[in-house]
Amino acid sequence: MSRRQMHLAAHFPGVNNTTVWSEPESGSQIEFSSFAHMARTAERAKFDFMFLAEGLRLREQNGAIYDLDVVGRPDNATILAAVAAVTEKLGLAATISSTFNEPYEVARRLASIDHLSGGRAAWNVVTSWDKFTGENFRRGGYLAQGDRYLRAKQFLDTVMTLLDSWRGDEIVADKATGEFLRDADAGRFDVHVDQFDIRGRFSVPRSPQGRPVVLQAGDSDEGREFAAASADAIFTRHGSLEAGQAFYADVKRRLAAYGRTEDQLKILPATTFALGDTQAEAEERGRQIRRQQVSGQTALRFLEQVWNRDLSHLDPDGPLPDIDPLVVDGDTPRVSQGRAADRMYRDPLATAREWRERAAANNLSIRDLMTEVTSRQSFVGTPSSVAEQMERFVEQRASDGFILVPHITPTGLDEFADKVVPILQERGSFRADYTGSTLRDHLGLAPLDARASV
Amino acid sequence: MPDTPLHLGVLLDGAGRHPAAWREPQARPTDLFTAGYWAELVAEAEQGLLDLVTLDDTLGLQSADAFALDPRTDQVRGRLDASMLAARIAPLTSHVGILPTVVVTHTEPFHVSTTIATLDYVSSGRGGVQVRVSGRAEEAQLFGRRTLPTDRDELLAELFDEAADAVEVIRRLWDSWEDDAIIRDAATGRFVDRERLHYIDFEGRHFSVRGPSITPRPPQGQPIVAALAHRAEPFALVGTSADLGFVTPRDTADARTTVGAIREAQAAAGREAETVHVWADLTVVLDDDASAARDRLARLDSVAAYTDDARVFAGSPAELADLMADLRTAGLSGFRLRPAVLPDDLRQVTRGLVPELQRRGQFRTGYEASTLRGLLGLPRPADRYATVVRDRAGSTR
Repeated sequence: MSRRQMHLAAHFPGVNNTTVWSEPESGSQIEFSSFAHMARTAERAKFDFMFLAEGLRLREQNGAIYDLDVVGRPDNATILAAVAAVTEKLGLAATISSTFNEPYEVARRLASIDHLSGGRAAWNVVTSWDKFTGENFRRGGYLAQGDRYLRAKQFLDTVMTLLDSWRGDEIVADKATGEFLRDADAGRFDVHVDQFDIRGRFSVPRSPQGRPVVLQAGDSDEGREFAAASADAIFTRHGSLEAGQAFYADVKRRLAAYGRTEDQLKILPATTFALGDTQAEAEERGRQIRRQQVSGQTALRFLEQVWNRDLSHLDPDGPLPDIDPLVVDGDTPRVSQGRAADRMYRDPLATAREWRERAAANNLSIRDLMTEVTSRQSFVGTPSSVAEQMERFVEQRASDGFILVPHITPTGLDEFADKVVPILQERGSFRADYTGSTLRDHLGLAPLDARASV
Repeated sequence: MPDTPLHLGVLLDGAGRHPAAWREPQARPTDLFTAGYWAELVAEAEQGLLDLVTLDDTLGLQSADAFALDPRTDQVRGRLDASMLAARIAPLTSHVGILPTVVVTHTEPFHVSTTIATLDYVSSGRGGVQVRVSGRAEEAQLFGRRTLPTDRDELLAELFDEAADAVEVIRRLWDSWEDDAIIRDAATGRFVDRERLHYIDFEGRHFSVRGPSITPRPPQGQPIVAALAHRAEPFALVGTSADLGFVTPRDTADARTTVGAIREAQAAAGREAETVHVWADLTVVLDDDASAARDRLARLDSVAAYTDDARVFAGSPAELADLMADLRTAGLSGFRLRPAVLPDDLRQVTRGLVPELQRRGQFRTGYEASTLRGLLGLPRPADRYATVVRDRAGSTR
């Protein structure tokens, strides 16, 4: 069995247009039964972990709450603590902002989930700086854009300092002698950096993994460097095999500078899938899903996010507008607020130029074009064809595995689990069963030595 | 005996309320950080048909010193985040209410609101929260963001004023989604009706919060808010903001005074028409043989000196039932018992006290409701923002 092993994770369908809510089988995005269903499916399929995204303010566009996509979600850490009760092996990954939280509380929550799940906690560290989201928080809106990675780095380091403040051997609990703690100073910490000035004793003893698995999703140069220094896995959006290989090589190359080896950072692109009994059937299904994901209205809203103008008067089946995008500086509120992608198009004028050329060359309407440019990496085909495509990515070093993004809540992973996973297992590219009990075990990461990490 | 139903809850903390509890034969001090330990305790409470459990918590490490960390190594130190623990236990139970303690002095009200709303979802309507303030300097240093007043009266006034604001924000956020906000209207392509989502626009002395919540209105509409109250400021907090106050009377006369103070605050807040429960906290050491219980307490006290803010009772379940009947005449609607030793005194509550109360016709013989509000006799409240009747044609589900 010499095939390179892949890692698989499930993204609980979120609040993007990729989640189709109008199908009869589309269920609740908020009831616990939905989370339990997807987690059990992922565990049945021996997935590494389930992943939850976060947004701390409802998105708005043109001054009103965005209503075309799924809206509303639970608190991530709380839902994952509950999912721990209905699973035994599956990793539980929560996205938690380093901007609108404090390290002491995040460390308590993560260490508690890790205890309560027997070592299955993971944390996707995200940064945000927007005043828009900050309006929901007492200390919101204070972070300068340039400081967000500084804060994220110091936040992460501080959380790790707190988690490492217990080595793991302090609790004796000897009823006869009356000694509960071996060390009267257990949990002591003292952090004095630009962003945090805190001290005391951390209240949660060392958890099974010691530290949660750390995920990171930023793609900028700073984000890649941050991941190379500190993350155990990267959640990327790099689609094609070639782009994936370039990203993979770039990030893995950065590890040596931090004294880390290539197997200490897993690269996991987000991917969608469409299955069929024949290639033609799968492709038709893929097209159909994309039509549902990008309605005419949704296409106009996407265009507005780049144009930064109200374009509701346009016909989505017609051509792109002649007017140019409205370019504003980073502090000016945009037409769309509360999306990470709002600032993705760094040069909207260039994007508009490129899109006009592309639409003209291929005779594309607004909706056609938006369907193309918003598509993510997707594996389309029969189960065995999809299995082979995925293996190619992993063997040719475009990824170490995938974070699958189903388009239906909560049953969207079922078909993949039933049809594709058995093929991957049979071909020897994915585990037939869990071999360890912690998420670090699943990801092939060595256990942490508490003493060494202090 | 008042013929209103008697309510019962238990406070769960570490190996039990008594600092020597972890050394008792049945104690499992090395399991305190495992889900299984807590799952068994909460299942026991549910077997006893209790209304609720509260999971005690503080932000900082436990300390026998009220004003600073201590260097002791002979008592339980370390605990899990109570909200995470509550969520972990919720799917394993089906009737008992679950209230984690949350310190609102340092935690963002937005996070408290979504956390407790989520707890209400994962428990199918059995969630709530005991709000707590923290005036401890060493807990403020864990956050490094604020300096608390050193004058005690000034400090308490600020902390409880802020706590009332926090509860107001938490409650407004729970209501910020009307129950039928999710319409999934394929015809217009709209998932939600944004007319049924509301900015809360809270502006207070301590913070402002815009809203709406990211989490739809929880199953109970308003999960239960509780607070422990020893003096005027927290009495006012219970009267203005809570559904349930835990008080610590020395005797029945003291209980009557306390209940009166809370009713006054309730009236001042214009809440006369609402049910606000007032329960007495009692720390309990129980045995079928009353003298054995008193001997056990003496033995525990000889191992570790112990004082509690609540009255400590040692005796038989029947004696405790007598005491409770007497205290109830002061206008209390229930009791939160703090087992001195876990699981021993919890089992005495569920297997000794509860059958005794049932024999006296004073306690339920089966769960009569599936939500915590239901158990507490509280209706599911209307949404404060749903004041207008709209044309709701066009929604498909």
